[in-house]
Amino acid sequence: MTLLSLNIDWILLIEKLALIAIVVFASLGIALYTTFGERKVAAILQDRPGPNRAGPFGLLQPLADGVKMFTKEDIIPSSASKWLFILGPGLAMTASLMTCAVIPWGGTIELFGRTISLQIADINIGILYIFAVVSLGVYGIMIGGWASNNKFSLMAALRGASQAISYELAMGLSLIAVLMLSGSLSLGDIVKQQQAGWWNIVYQPLGFLIFFICALAECNRTPFDLPEAENELNFGYHQEYSSMKLGFYLFAEYINMIMSSAVMASLYFGGYDIPFVNDAELQTHLGNWVALFQVGTLLIKIVFFIFLFMWIRWTIPRFRYDQLMNLGWKSMIPLALVNMLVTGALVLLKMNNWHF
Amino acid sequence: MSYLFIQFLDTVHQNNADNYLPIGLQLIFAAGFVATMLALSAIVGPKRATKDKLATFTSGIESHGDARQPMAIKYFLVAILFVLFDVEVIFFYPYAVNFRELGWSGFGAVLMFVAFFLVGFVYIIKKGALKWED
Repeated sequence: MTLLSLNIDWILLIEKLALIAIVVFASLGIALYTTFGERKVAAILQDRPGPNRAGPFGLLQPLADGVKMFTKEDIIPSSASKWLFILGPGLAMTASLMTCAVIPWGGTIELFGRTISLQIADINIGILYIFAVVSLGVYGIMIGGWASNNKFSLMAALRGASQAISYELAMGLSLIAVLMLSGSLSLGDIVKQQQAGWWNIVYQPLGFLIFFICALAECNRTPFDLPEAENELNFGYHQEYSSMKLGFYLFAEYINMIMSSAVMASLYFGGYDIPFVNDAELQTHLGNWVALFQVGTLLIKIVFFIFLFMWIRWTIPRFRYDQLMNLGWKSMIPLALVNMLVTGALVLLKMNNWHF
Repeated sequence: MSYLFIQFLDTVHQNNADNYLPIGLQLIFAAGFVATMLALSAIVGPKRATKDKLATFTSGIESHGDARQPMAIKYFLVAILFVLFDVEVIFFYPYAVNFRELGWSGFGAVLMFVAFFLVGFVYIIKKGALKWED
Protein backbone atom coordinates (compact mmCIF):
# COMPACT_ATOMS: atom_id res chain seq x y z
CA MET A 1 0.00 0.00 0.00
CA THR A 2 2.99 2.29 -0.21
CA LEU A 3 1.82 3.45 -3.62
CA LEU A 4 -1.33 5.01 -2.28
CA SER A 5 0.29 6.90 0.57
CA LEU A 6 3.01 8.12 -1.83
CA ASN A 7 5.62 6.74 0.49
CA ILE A 8 7.71 5.11 -2.22
CA ASP A 9 10.91 3.29 -1.34
CA TRP A 10 13.07 4.86 -4.06
CA ILE A 11 16.05 2.61 -3.49
CA LEU A 12 13.83 -0.45 -3.85
CA LEU A 13 12.40 1.02 -7.04
CA ILE A 14 15.83 1.60 -8.54
CA GLU A 15 16.98 -1.84 -7.44
CA LYS A 16 13.99 -3.50 -9.09
CA LEU A 17 14.38 -1.43 -12.26
CA ALA A 18 18.04 -2.41 -12.54
CA LEU A 19 17.14 -6.07 -12.00
CA ILE A 20 14.37 -5.87 -14.61
CA ALA A 21 16.70 -4.25 -17.13
CA ILE A 22 19.39 -6.88 -16.54
CA VAL A 23 16.99 -9.83 -16.75
CA VAL A 24 15.13 -8.55 -19.83
CA PHE A 25 18.28 -7.66 -21.78
CA ALA A 26 20.02 -10.85 -20.70
CA SER A 27 17.08 -12.94 -21.89
CA LEU A 28 17.07 -11.00 -25.17
CA GLY A 29 20.78 -11.66 -25.57
CA ILE A 30 20.40 -15.34 -24.75
CA ALA A 31 17.49 -15.59 -27.20
CA LEU A 32 19.70 -13.99 -29.87
CA TYR A 33 22.36 -16.60 -29.32
CA THR A 34 19.79 -19.39 -29.06
CA THR A 35 18.95 -18.77 -32.73
CA PHE A 36 22.64 -19.19 -33.48
CA GLY A 37 22.78 -22.28 -31.26
CA GLU A 38 19.81 -23.75 -33.09
CA ARG A 39 21.54 -23.39 -36.45
CA LYS A 40 24.76 -24.84 -35.09
CA VAL A 41 23.00 -27.78 -33.45
CA ALA A 42 21.07 -28.43 -36.67
CA ALA A 43 24.35 -28.27 -38.60
CA ILE A 44 26.09 -30.72 -36.26
CA LEU A 45 23.17 -33.15 -36.38
CA GLN A 46 23.12 -32.91 -40.17
CA ASP A 47 26.91 -33.19 -40.51
CA ARG A 48 27.65 -29.76 -41.99
CA PRO A 49 29.56 -26.75 -40.63
CA GLY A 50 26.63 -24.35 -40.17
CA PRO A 51 27.01 -20.55 -40.05
CA ASN A 52 30.74 -19.77 -39.89
CA ARG A 53 31.33 -16.62 -41.98
CA ALA A 54 30.43 -13.67 -39.71
CA GLY A 55 33.16 -13.26 -37.10
CA PRO A 56 35.15 -16.07 -35.47
CA PHE A 57 33.21 -19.38 -35.70
CA GLY A 58 30.28 -17.33 -37.05
CA LEU A 59 29.72 -15.84 -33.59
CA LEU A 60 28.55 -12.49 -35.02
CA GLN A 61 25.88 -14.16 -37.15
CA PRO A 62 22.94 -13.43 -34.78
CA LEU A 63 23.93 -9.74 -34.64
CA ALA A 64 24.01 -9.62 -38.45
CA ASP A 65 20.61 -11.30 -38.58
CA GLY A 66 19.22 -8.84 -36.06
CA VAL A 67 20.49 -5.77 -37.92
CA LYS A 68 19.19 -7.16 -41.21
CA MET A 69 15.75 -7.80 -39.73
CA PHE A 70 15.68 -4.36 -38.12
CA THR A 71 16.44 -2.48 -41.36
CA LYS A 72 14.11 -4.40 -43.67
CA GLU A 73 11.08 -2.80 -45.28
CA ASP A 74 8.02 -2.84 -43.04
CA ILE A 75 5.12 -4.16 -45.13
CA ILE A 76 1.50 -3.95 -44.03
CA PRO A 77 -0.72 -5.64 -46.65
CA SER A 78 -3.47 -3.41 -47.99
CA SER A 79 -6.22 -5.83 -46.96
CA ALA A 80 -4.94 -6.28 -43.40
CA SER A 81 -6.38 -4.59 -40.30
CA LYS A 82 -3.56 -2.16 -39.69
CA TRP A 83 -3.56 -1.66 -35.93
CA LEU A 84 -4.29 -5.26 -35.03
CA PHE A 85 -1.54 -6.26 -37.47
CA ILE A 86 0.91 -4.19 -35.44
CA LEU A 87 -0.56 -5.26 -32.09
CA GLY A 88 -0.13 -8.99 -32.79
CA PRO A 89 3.68 -9.27 -32.68
CA GLY A 90 3.86 -6.56 -30.01
CA LEU A 91 1.59 -8.57 -27.74
CA ALA A 92 3.44 -11.83 -28.41
CA MET A 93 6.77 -10.23 -27.56
CA THR A 94 5.54 -8.31 -24.51
CA ALA A 95 3.91 -11.44 -23.09
CA SER A 96 7.07 -13.49 -23.53
CA LEU A 97 9.15 -10.77 -21.84
CA MET A 98 6.75 -10.67 -18.89
CA THR A 99 7.22 -14.32 -17.91
CA CYS A 100 10.65 -13.82 -16.36
CA ALA A 101 9.26 -11.62 -13.54
CA VAL A 102 8.51 -14.46 -11.12
CA ILE A 103 11.39 -16.83 -11.87
CA PRO A 104 13.97 -16.94 -9.05
CA TRP A 105 17.29 -16.46 -10.85
CA GLY A 106 19.41 -16.97 -7.75
CA GLY A 107 19.54 -16.55 -3.98
CA THR A 108 20.21 -13.23 -2.35
CA ILE A 109 23.17 -10.88 -2.60
CA GLU A 110 24.38 -8.25 -0.13
CA LEU A 111 25.11 -4.89 -1.73
CA PHE A 112 25.62 -1.59 0.13
CA GLY A 113 24.13 -3.11 3.25
CA ARG A 114 20.96 -4.22 1.49
CA THR A 115 19.85 -7.79 0.90
CA ILE A 116 18.76 -8.01 -2.70
CA SER A 117 16.71 -10.97 -3.91
CA LEU A 118 17.48 -12.09 -7.45
CA GLN A 119 13.78 -12.59 -8.14
CA ILE A 120 12.00 -9.61 -9.62
CA ALA A 121 8.64 -10.25 -7.95
CA ASP A 122 8.13 -12.94 -5.32
CA ILE A 123 4.36 -13.18 -5.51
CA ASN A 124 2.72 -16.19 -3.88
CA ILE A 125 0.74 -17.09 -6.99
CA GLY A 126 3.86 -17.26 -9.19
CA ILE A 127 2.78 -20.33 -11.14
CA LEU A 128 -0.68 -18.95 -11.88
CA TYR A 129 0.94 -15.73 -13.06
CA ILE A 130 3.09 -17.66 -15.53
CA PHE A 131 0.03 -19.50 -16.83
CA ALA A 132 -1.85 -16.23 -17.25
CA VAL A 133 0.99 -14.62 -19.20
CA VAL A 134 1.51 -17.69 -21.38
CA SER A 135 -2.19 -17.57 -22.25
CA LEU A 136 -1.77 -13.94 -23.30
CA GLY A 137 0.84 -15.10 -25.81
CA VAL A 138 -1.89 -17.04 -27.59
CA TYR A 139 -3.65 -13.73 -28.28
CA GLY A 140 -0.52 -12.52 -30.05
CA ILE A 141 -0.68 -15.43 -32.49
CA MET A 142 -4.45 -15.23 -32.88
CA ILE A 143 -4.62 -11.46 -33.45
CA GLY A 144 -1.68 -11.50 -35.86
CA GLY A 145 -3.09 -14.39 -37.88
CA TRP A 146 -6.54 -12.87 -38.10
CA ALA A 147 -5.39 -9.34 -38.85
CA SER A 148 -3.22 -10.52 -41.77
CA ASN A 149 -6.44 -11.33 -43.65
CA ASN A 150 -4.73 -14.27 -45.31
CA LYS A 151 -6.34 -17.71 -45.30
CA PHE A 152 -3.09 -19.50 -44.52
CA SER A 153 -2.36 -17.18 -41.62
CA LEU A 154 -5.84 -17.58 -40.22
CA MET A 155 -5.70 -21.36 -40.39
CA ALA A 156 -2.28 -21.42 -38.77
CA ALA A 157 -3.42 -19.06 -36.03
CA LEU A 158 -6.48 -21.18 -35.28
CA ARG A 159 -4.31 -24.27 -35.12
CA GLY A 160 -1.81 -22.55 -32.87
CA ALA A 161 -4.48 -21.25 -30.52
CA SER A 162 -6.38 -24.52 -30.16
CA GLN A 163 -3.15 -26.45 -29.75
CA ALA A 164 -1.88 -24.13 -27.04
CA ILE A 165 -5.12 -24.20 -25.05
CA SER A 166 -5.46 -27.98 -25.37
CA TYR A 167 -2.03 -28.61 -23.92
CA GLU A 168 -2.49 -25.99 -21.25
CA LEU A 169 -5.06 -28.27 -19.61
CA ALA A 170 -2.66 -31.19 -19.28
CA MET A 171 0.09 -28.81 -18.21
CA GLY A 172 -2.05 -27.39 -15.43
CA LEU A 173 -3.00 -30.87 -14.24
CA SER A 174 0.58 -32.17 -14.23
CA LEU A 175 1.59 -29.15 -12.18
CA ILE A 176 -0.95 -29.89 -9.44
CA ALA A 177 1.10 -32.91 -8.33
CA VAL A 178 4.10 -30.61 -7.76
CA LEU A 179 1.92 -28.19 -5.81
CA MET A 180 0.75 -31.06 -3.61
CA LEU A 181 4.37 -31.75 -2.69
CA SER A 182 5.25 -28.11 -2.11
CA GLY A 183 1.99 -26.75 -0.74
CA SER A 184 2.82 -23.38 -2.28
CA LEU A 185 2.26 -21.63 -5.60
CA SER A 186 5.31 -19.41 -5.21
CA LEU A 187 8.26 -20.41 -7.37
CA GLY A 188 10.67 -19.05 -4.79
CA ASP A 189 9.24 -21.37 -2.10
CA ILE A 190 9.23 -24.37 -4.43
CA VAL A 191 12.94 -23.87 -5.20
CA LYS A 192 13.83 -23.37 -1.53
CA GLN A 193 12.11 -26.62 -0.61
CA GLN A 194 14.09 -28.47 -3.24
CA GLN A 195 17.29 -26.96 -1.88
CA ALA A 196 16.55 -28.56 1.47
CA GLY A 197 15.59 -32.00 0.16
CA TRP A 198 15.57 -33.93 -3.09
CA TRP A 199 14.72 -32.32 -6.39
CA ASN A 200 11.10 -32.74 -7.48
CA ILE A 201 12.12 -34.84 -10.48
CA VAL A 202 12.77 -37.72 -8.06
CA TYR A 203 9.14 -37.66 -6.89
CA GLN A 204 7.54 -36.59 -10.16
CA PRO A 205 9.18 -38.28 -13.17
CA LEU A 206 5.87 -38.80 -14.98
CA GLY A 207 4.67 -35.30 -14.11
CA PHE A 208 7.85 -33.87 -15.55
CA LEU A 209 7.47 -35.87 -18.77
CA ILE A 210 3.91 -34.57 -19.23
CA PHE A 211 5.01 -31.03 -18.41
CA PHE A 212 7.89 -31.24 -20.86
CA ILE A 213 5.70 -32.52 -23.71
CA CYS A 214 3.15 -29.80 -23.01
CA ALA A 215 5.91 -27.18 -22.93
CA LEU A 216 7.01 -28.33 -26.38
CA ALA A 217 3.45 -27.89 -27.61
CA GLU A 218 3.01 -24.52 -25.89
CA CYS A 219 6.17 -23.16 -27.51
CA ASN A 220 5.06 -24.45 -30.94
CA ARG A 221 8.22 -26.53 -31.20
CA THR A 222 8.64 -29.65 -33.31
CA PRO A 223 7.05 -32.24 -33.16
CA PHE A 224 4.13 -29.90 -32.41
CA ASP A 225 4.97 -27.00 -34.74
CA LEU A 226 1.77 -27.25 -36.75
CA PRO A 227 1.17 -23.47 -36.80
CA GLU A 228 4.35 -23.30 -38.86
CA ALA A 229 3.82 -26.41 -41.00
CA GLU A 230 5.31 -25.04 -44.21
CA ASN A 231 4.23 -28.00 -46.33
CA GLU A 232 0.58 -27.24 -45.56
CA LEU A 233 0.44 -23.56 -44.69
CA ASN A 234 3.26 -21.86 -46.60
CA PHE A 235 4.88 -20.08 -43.67
CA GLY A 236 2.39 -20.10 -40.82
CA TYR A 237 0.65 -17.36 -38.86
CA HIS A 238 3.43 -14.85 -39.56
CA GLN A 239 3.23 -15.28 -43.34
CA GLU A 240 2.40 -11.64 -44.11
CA TYR A 241 4.89 -10.20 -41.66
CA SER A 242 8.25 -8.67 -42.45
CA SER A 243 10.96 -6.64 -40.75
CA MET A 244 10.97 -6.36 -36.95
CA LYS A 245 7.38 -7.61 -36.63
CA LEU A 246 8.43 -10.96 -38.05
CA GLY A 247 11.52 -10.74 -35.90
CA PHE A 248 9.43 -10.28 -32.78
CA TYR A 249 7.32 -13.35 -33.57
CA LEU A 250 10.41 -15.51 -34.04
CA PHE A 251 12.11 -13.94 -31.05
CA ALA A 252 9.08 -14.44 -28.82
CA GLU A 253 9.23 -18.14 -29.67
CA TYR A 254 12.83 -18.37 -28.53
CA ILE A 255 12.24 -16.38 -25.36
CA ASN A 256 9.28 -18.63 -24.55
CA MET A 257 11.60 -21.56 -24.98
CA ILE A 258 14.11 -20.07 -22.54
CA MET A 259 11.42 -19.21 -20.02
CA SER A 260 9.76 -22.61 -20.16
CA SER A 261 13.21 -24.16 -19.66
CA ALA A 262 13.68 -21.91 -16.64
CA VAL A 263 10.26 -22.89 -15.26
CA MET A 264 11.00 -26.59 -15.76
CA ALA A 265 14.37 -26.21 -14.07
CA SER A 266 12.75 -24.36 -11.15
CA LEU A 267 9.86 -26.77 -10.72
CA TYR A 268 11.58 -30.10 -11.21
CA PHE A 269 15.35 -29.64 -11.15
CA GLY A 270 15.94 -27.47 -8.11
CA GLY A 271 16.10 -24.11 -9.92
CA TYR A 272 19.26 -22.28 -8.90
CA ASP A 273 20.24 -24.99 -6.40
CA ILE A 274 23.85 -26.08 -6.90
CA PRO A 275 23.80 -29.90 -6.83
CA PHE A 276 25.73 -31.83 -4.11
CA VAL A 277 26.51 -28.60 -2.23
CA ASN A 278 24.88 -27.02 0.81
CA ASP A 279 24.23 -23.55 -0.58
CA ALA A 280 23.46 -21.91 2.76
CA GLU A 281 26.73 -23.11 4.27
CA LEU A 282 28.64 -22.00 1.20
CA GLN A 283 27.14 -18.53 1.52
CA THR A 284 28.79 -18.01 4.90
CA HIS A 285 32.21 -18.70 3.35
CA LEU A 286 31.93 -17.11 -0.08
CA GLY A 287 29.24 -14.43 0.35
CA ASN A 288 28.01 -12.86 -2.87
CA TRP A 289 29.92 -15.27 -5.11
CA VAL A 290 27.42 -18.01 -4.24
CA ALA A 291 24.60 -16.05 -5.88
CA LEU A 292 26.71 -15.81 -9.02
CA PHE A 293 27.34 -19.56 -9.00
CA GLN A 294 23.62 -20.13 -8.47
CA VAL A 295 22.73 -17.99 -11.48
CA GLY A 296 25.33 -19.94 -13.44
CA THR A 297 23.83 -23.25 -12.31
CA LEU A 298 20.37 -22.18 -13.40
CA LEU A 299 21.75 -21.03 -16.76
CA ILE A 300 23.46 -24.39 -17.29
CA LYS A 301 20.17 -26.17 -16.58
CA ILE A 302 18.36 -23.83 -18.99
CA VAL A 303 20.95 -24.42 -21.71
CA PHE A 304 20.57 -28.17 -21.24
CA PHE A 305 16.79 -27.94 -21.74
CA ILE A 306 17.18 -25.68 -24.76
CA PHE A 307 19.57 -28.21 -26.26
CA LEU A 308 16.96 -30.91 -25.60
CA PHE A 309 14.34 -28.80 -27.41
CA MET A 310 16.68 -28.44 -30.39
CA TRP A 311 17.72 -32.07 -30.39
CA ILE A 312 14.05 -33.07 -30.56
CA ARG A 313 13.35 -30.53 -33.28
CA TRP A 314 16.01 -31.89 -35.61
CA THR A 315 15.26 -35.55 -34.87
CA ILE A 316 11.49 -36.10 -34.76
CA PRO A 317 9.09 -35.37 -37.63
CA ARG A 318 5.92 -33.34 -37.19
CA PHE A 319 2.64 -34.77 -35.88
CA ARG A 320 -0.54 -34.81 -37.92
CA TYR A 321 -3.22 -32.50 -36.51
CA ASP A 322 -5.63 -35.19 -35.34
CA GLN A 323 -2.72 -37.10 -33.75
CA LEU A 324 -1.71 -33.93 -31.93
CA MET A 325 -5.18 -33.35 -30.55
CA ASN A 326 -5.65 -37.01 -29.62
CA LEU A 327 -2.35 -37.04 -27.75
CA GLY A 328 -3.23 -33.86 -25.89
CA TRP A 329 -6.79 -34.69 -24.92
CA LYS A 330 -6.98 -38.46 -24.78
CA SER A 331 -3.53 -39.34 -23.42
CA MET A 332 -2.05 -36.38 -21.59
CA ILE A 333 -5.11 -35.28 -19.59
CA PRO A 334 -6.04 -38.76 -18.19
CA LEU A 335 -2.36 -39.49 -17.52
CA ALA A 336 -1.96 -36.22 -15.63
CA LEU A 337 -5.12 -36.92 -13.61
CA VAL A 338 -3.82 -40.36 -12.63
CA ASN A 339 -0.45 -38.87 -11.72
CA MET A 340 -2.17 -36.29 -9.53
CA LEU A 341 -4.31 -38.85 -7.68
CA VAL A 342 -1.44 -41.30 -7.14
CA THR A 343 0.77 -38.51 -5.82
CA GLY A 344 -1.98 -37.32 -3.49
CA ALA A 345 -2.66 -40.82 -2.16
CA LEU A 346 1.04 -41.55 -1.60
CA VAL A 347 1.68 -38.25 0.17
CA LEU A 348 -1.29 -38.81 2.47
CA LEU A 349 -0.23 -42.40 3.17
CA LYS A 350 3.29 -41.31 4.03
CA MET A 351 1.94 -38.54 6.25
CA ASN A 352 -0.09 -41.12 8.22
CA ASN A 353 2.87 -43.53 8.50
CA TRP A 354 1.52 -45.80 5.75
CA HIS A 355 -1.84 -46.33 7.48
CA PHE A 356 -5.24 -45.17 6.34
CA MET B 1 -15.63 -26.11 -1.21
CA SER B 2 -16.20 -22.69 0.33
CA TYR B 3 -13.87 -23.63 3.18
CA LEU B 4 -11.17 -24.34 0.63
CA PHE B 5 -11.63 -20.97 -0.97
CA ILE B 6 -11.36 -19.15 2.30
CA GLN B 7 -8.04 -20.85 2.96
CA PHE B 8 -6.92 -20.02 -0.57
CA LEU B 9 -7.91 -16.39 -0.21
CA ASP B 10 -6.08 -16.21 3.11
CA THR B 11 -2.79 -17.10 1.45
CA VAL B 12 -3.48 -14.56 -1.27
CA HIS B 13 -4.15 -11.84 1.27
CA GLN B 14 -0.66 -12.15 2.71
CA ASN B 15 0.42 -10.52 -0.52
CA ASN B 16 0.23 -6.77 -0.67
CA ALA B 17 0.51 -4.31 -3.51
CA ASP B 18 4.27 -4.05 -2.99
CA ASN B 19 4.83 -7.54 -4.35
CA TYR B 20 3.07 -6.66 -7.58
CA LEU B 21 4.82 -3.33 -8.10
CA PRO B 22 7.82 -4.89 -9.90
CA ILE B 23 5.45 -6.65 -12.30
CA GLY B 24 3.89 -3.32 -13.20
CA LEU B 25 7.37 -1.90 -13.72
CA GLN B 26 8.29 -4.81 -15.93
CA LEU B 27 5.12 -4.38 -17.99
CA ILE B 28 5.99 -0.74 -18.63
CA PHE B 29 9.57 -1.70 -19.44
CA ALA B 30 8.66 -4.56 -21.81
CA ALA B 31 5.85 -2.73 -23.59
CA GLY B 32 8.04 0.37 -23.95
CA PHE B 33 10.89 -1.66 -25.38
CA VAL B 34 8.62 -3.44 -27.88
CA ALA B 35 6.90 -0.23 -28.98
CA THR B 36 10.21 1.59 -29.41
CA MET B 37 11.74 -1.20 -31.46
CA LEU B 38 8.65 -1.49 -33.71
CA ALA B 39 8.54 2.28 -34.27
CA LEU B 40 12.30 2.54 -34.93
CA SER B 41 12.34 -0.31 -37.41
CA ALA B 42 9.37 1.20 -39.22
CA ILE B 43 11.29 4.49 -39.53
CA VAL B 44 14.65 2.96 -40.44
CA GLY B 45 13.46 0.56 -43.13
CA PRO B 46 12.99 1.59 -46.77
CA LYS B 47 9.50 2.38 -48.03
CA ARG B 48 8.90 1.31 -51.60
CA ALA B 49 5.33 0.10 -51.56
CA THR B 50 3.88 -1.25 -54.78
CA LYS B 51 0.44 -2.68 -55.42
CA ASP B 52 1.77 -6.21 -55.88
CA LYS B 53 3.84 -6.04 -52.75
CA LEU B 54 0.87 -5.07 -50.61
CA ALA B 55 -1.36 -7.80 -52.02
CA THR B 56 -2.13 -10.88 -49.92
CA PHE B 57 0.54 -13.53 -50.41
CA THR B 58 -0.81 -16.86 -51.65
CA SER B 59 2.28 -18.38 -53.27
CA GLY B 60 1.95 -16.34 -56.46
CA ILE B 61 -1.57 -17.51 -57.24
CA GLU B 62 -4.16 -14.76 -57.39
CA SER B 63 -6.14 -14.89 -54.15
CA HIS B 64 -9.87 -15.45 -54.19
CA GLY B 65 -11.82 -13.56 -51.58
CA ASP B 66 -10.27 -12.91 -48.20
CA ALA B 67 -10.00 -14.61 -44.85
CA ARG B 68 -13.09 -12.93 -43.39
CA GLN B 69 -15.25 -16.02 -43.76
CA PRO B 70 -16.47 -18.82 -41.50
CA MET B 71 -13.88 -21.35 -40.38
CA ALA B 72 -14.26 -24.95 -39.24
CA ILE B 73 -16.49 -25.18 -36.17
CA LYS B 74 -14.08 -27.71 -34.58
CA TYR B 75 -11.72 -25.01 -33.37
CA PHE B 76 -14.56 -23.16 -31.71
CA LEU B 77 -15.66 -26.37 -30.01
CA VAL B 78 -12.14 -26.95 -28.68
CA ALA B 79 -12.09 -23.42 -27.29
CA ILE B 80 -15.42 -23.94 -25.50
CA LEU B 81 -14.30 -27.29 -24.07
CA PHE B 82 -11.07 -25.67 -22.92
CA VAL B 83 -12.97 -23.05 -20.97
CA LEU B 84 -15.12 -25.75 -19.35
CA PHE B 85 -12.26 -28.03 -18.36
CA ASP B 86 -9.86 -25.28 -17.41
CA VAL B 87 -12.32 -24.00 -14.84
CA GLU B 88 -12.46 -27.52 -13.41
CA VAL B 89 -8.65 -27.70 -13.35
CA ILE B 90 -8.52 -24.37 -11.53
CA PHE B 91 -10.68 -25.93 -8.79
CA PHE B 92 -7.84 -28.37 -8.10
CA TYR B 93 -5.39 -25.59 -7.25
CA PRO B 94 -6.80 -24.52 -3.88
CA TYR B 95 -7.13 -28.21 -3.01
CA ALA B 96 -3.52 -28.97 -3.96
CA VAL B 97 -2.21 -26.18 -1.74
CA ASN B 98 -4.26 -27.27 1.29
CA PHE B 99 -4.63 -31.01 0.84
CA ARG B 100 -2.36 -32.06 3.71
CA GLU B 101 -4.68 -30.40 6.24
CA LEU B 102 -7.78 -31.84 4.58
CA GLY B 103 -6.54 -35.41 4.86
CA TRP B 104 -8.45 -38.43 3.63
CA SER B 105 -11.90 -36.83 3.71
CA GLY B 106 -10.65 -34.10 1.38
CA PHE B 107 -9.08 -36.73 -0.82
CA GLY B 108 -12.40 -38.58 -1.02
CA ALA B 109 -14.17 -35.37 -2.03
CA VAL B 110 -11.60 -34.76 -4.75
CA LEU B 111 -11.98 -38.34 -5.97
CA MET B 112 -15.67 -37.63 -6.38
CA PHE B 113 -14.87 -34.38 -8.21
CA VAL B 114 -12.48 -36.24 -10.52
CA ALA B 115 -15.22 -38.79 -11.19
CA PHE B 116 -17.57 -36.00 -12.28
CA PHE B 117 -14.78 -34.53 -14.36
CA LEU B 118 -14.24 -37.88 -16.06
CA VAL B 119 -17.95 -38.35 -16.75
CA GLY B 120 -17.97 -35.08 -18.68
CA PHE B 121 -14.72 -36.01 -20.37
CA VAL B 122 -15.96 -39.43 -21.51
CA TYR B 123 -19.20 -37.82 -22.68
CA ILE B 124 -17.50 -35.34 -25.01
CA ILE B 125 -15.25 -38.07 -26.40
CA LYS B 126 -18.19 -40.42 -27.01
CA LYS B 127 -20.09 -37.56 -28.67
CA GLY B 128 -17.15 -37.16 -31.06
CA ALA B 129 -16.31 -33.61 -30.04
CA LEU B 130 -12.60 -34.38 -30.40
CA LYS B 131 -12.87 -36.41 -33.58
CA TRP B 132 -10.88 -34.67 -36.27
CA GLU B 133 -11.25 -36.95 -39.27
CA ASP B 134 -14.80 -37.65 -40.47
